[in-house]
Amino acid sequence: MGDLTGQDSALMIPPSQGAQLAVDEFNAKSTKVKVEMVKYDSQGNPDQAVTQTQQALTQDKITALVGPGFSGESRNVGPILEQAKIPSISASATNPGLAENEWKFWHRVVANDGVQGPAIAEFLVKAKSAKKAFVIDDAQEYGAGLGDVVAKAFESQGVKVERDKIDPQGSDYSSTVTKVKASAPDVIFFGGYYAPLGRLLKQLRDGGVTAVVSSGDGSVDQALVEGAGKDAAEGAVLGCPCLIPFGSDVPELKTFSDNYKAKFGTDPLIYATEGYDAMSAFLKAIEAGNTTSEKINEYLSTIDFPGVSKQIKFNPNGEIAASVIHIYEVKDGKVTWLGDTSKAQLS
Amino acid sequence: MLNDFISQVGPSTVGGLASGAIYALIALGYTMVYGVLRLINFAHSEIFMIGSFAALFVINLMGITGPLSGIALVGTMLLLLLASMAASGGAAVVLERVAYRPLRRRGASRLAALISAIGASIFLQELFALVIIPEVFDRPSQGRNQVPVPRLFDRETVFSIGNTDIRNDHLFIIVAAVVMMVLLDIFVNRTRIGRGIRATSQDPETAVLMGVNIDSIIRTTFLVGGAMAGVASLLYAMEFENLRFNVGFLLGVKAFTAAVLGGIGNLRGALLGGLMLGLIENWGSIFFGSEWKDVIAFSVLVLVLLFRPTGILGESLQRARA
Repeated sequence: MGDLTGQDSALMIPPSQGAQLAVDEFNAKSTKVKVEMVKYDSQGNPDQAVTQTQQALTQDKITALVGPGFSGESRNVGPILEQAKIPSISASATNPGLAENEWKFWHRVVANDGVQGPAIAEFLVKAKSAKKAFVIDDAQEYGAGLGDVVAKAFESQGVKVERDKIDPQGSDYSSTVTKVKASAPDVIFFGGYYAPLGRLLKQLRDGGVTAVVSSGDGSVDQALVEGAGKDAAEGAVLGCPCLIPFGSDVPELKTFSDNYKAKFGTDPLIYATEGYDAMSAFLKAIEAGNTTSEKINEYLSTIDFPGVSKQIKFNPNGEIAASVIHIYEVKDGKVTWLGDTSKAQLS
Repeated sequence: MLNDFISQVGPSTVGGLASGAIYALIALGYTMVYGVLRLINFAHSEIFMIGSFAALFVINLMGITGPLSGIALVGTMLLLLLASMAASGGAAVVLERVAYRPLRRRGASRLAALISAIGASIFLQELFALVIIPEVFDRPSQGRNQVPVPRLFDRETVFSIGNTDIRNDHLFIIVAAVVMMVLLDIFVNRTRIGRGIRATSQDPETAVLMGVNIDSIIRTTFLVGGAMAGVASLLYAMEFENLRFNVGFLLGVKAFTAAVLGGIGNLRGALLGGLMLGLIENWGSIFFGSEWKDVIAFSVLVLVLLFRPTGILGESLQRARA
């Protein structure tokens, strides 16, 4: 369940296709049990998600649910599934508050928003032995929030932090460039989306700023390179709770990407691996002989297998045990996956 | 704080003058049209946008993908200048013909013309977002995303004063804007058509009685104001290297502010207002952070208008009329 046709459907179609791929692979080899996947298009609307959940429970009599995609709809759907004792795994809902509801049937395979900022800051401090950081954000809810968390994490690591904000609709960032240049930081972090980051990056590089520029999940997009230009984007470091293969050669990822592409004709984009893993967790439970909702949920509490995106193992509150943040770097004009924060090596 | 200012004031001044020069060129269009028609041409920001896309269209047509130099660069820049000036000037003339003249002929109120201007502005933005960017620039279903512009020449530091590097692109913008201003000033103050424009702005009825063809003067005003926006749009496309369907909106608001700050209706006021606005924004950012730059700029505007309601050079216009 998720936004399959609404304005944010670009975020939800890949995980839905990932889940479909897992189901098709399962049905192809399983002879005893066949699994049917029904899609629910909530359009990201929390109210619509509730209506559709009720339909899923009464008409379609679902056994388990992958989703909902966003945090808002997850908050509304959670109590209903809890009462009906239907297990759910979300591939993409990242609000930290969701894990605090003491829901027994709720899970997610992606790290929450509280993990991302500190993990990126820590990684940068280690990789670049940074002493001075400059944190810029777009003064919007997501960007400023992430900027605050990252700035705090830098400070707690003893890194001196200076800050500035830019207008995401603007195009002249010369005053920010002047500030960054005067401060001469070792690392720069931007909280916001790829379009303004592209413009900012270009102006920083033209202004003679050479420090590494980093950002969070809102910027993990190949369009960043187009906006900044190949030269300015080179070496930018991006962190995300999501794992996007981006043509990686790692065998497991390559197999996944190839299968995905063969089936859907596109490369797996954001949350595709997570959607596949969420569905795989249910399928493992079924493979082990659990066919009722409650038994599957019991099995999930002990599940522990290597997924495509990460090791799949849940904490008692439904949170993924391996709360990993993946690091990407722009290399030769391409966003490239480097691994999670513990393994990634910058070039 | 003072240390911050000393270390940043040089680069901020250069950045401020460069953005101010672009504001000033756009402000000319607002101020000229206001001068002859007492109308705020809200679609002027889209005239700017059309010029910038015309420049990009020619860049794509010529197959330019990387920095140029020497004769090729000079030739290309002149061609692009011609293209964006023609596109913006032409669009402004069409706009006047379609959106304003019919209203003026029927004696509609200024308010109706204002609504017509806002309508034209929205129409042109959506036309680019829905049709021209996806079709002409071959970016299907990405009409609202930014469109990159290739780099036209390598950016180098020409000379340095203290810690301030003066870059060739900034220098080019400032010089180009000042040259255009001087040419325009000569045009308005020294030529026959310029005299007609001045006469119309002082007293349209008497001007008609004296044999000034007012329709032709208004058309020329739109053409020249649009062409100046075209110059600004080329400089903008070259400096920031990305365009959007609503690229003119924010700049239009800033340029309009610059026109009011300098004294709307006054050409030299537009230059002064534009440069001042650019400098105030960038200097203010040093002390308060870039997120405050609009607050600072508009506070200064309010302060100036409190003491000089007609803008900094507004009075000289009044005197000129008397």
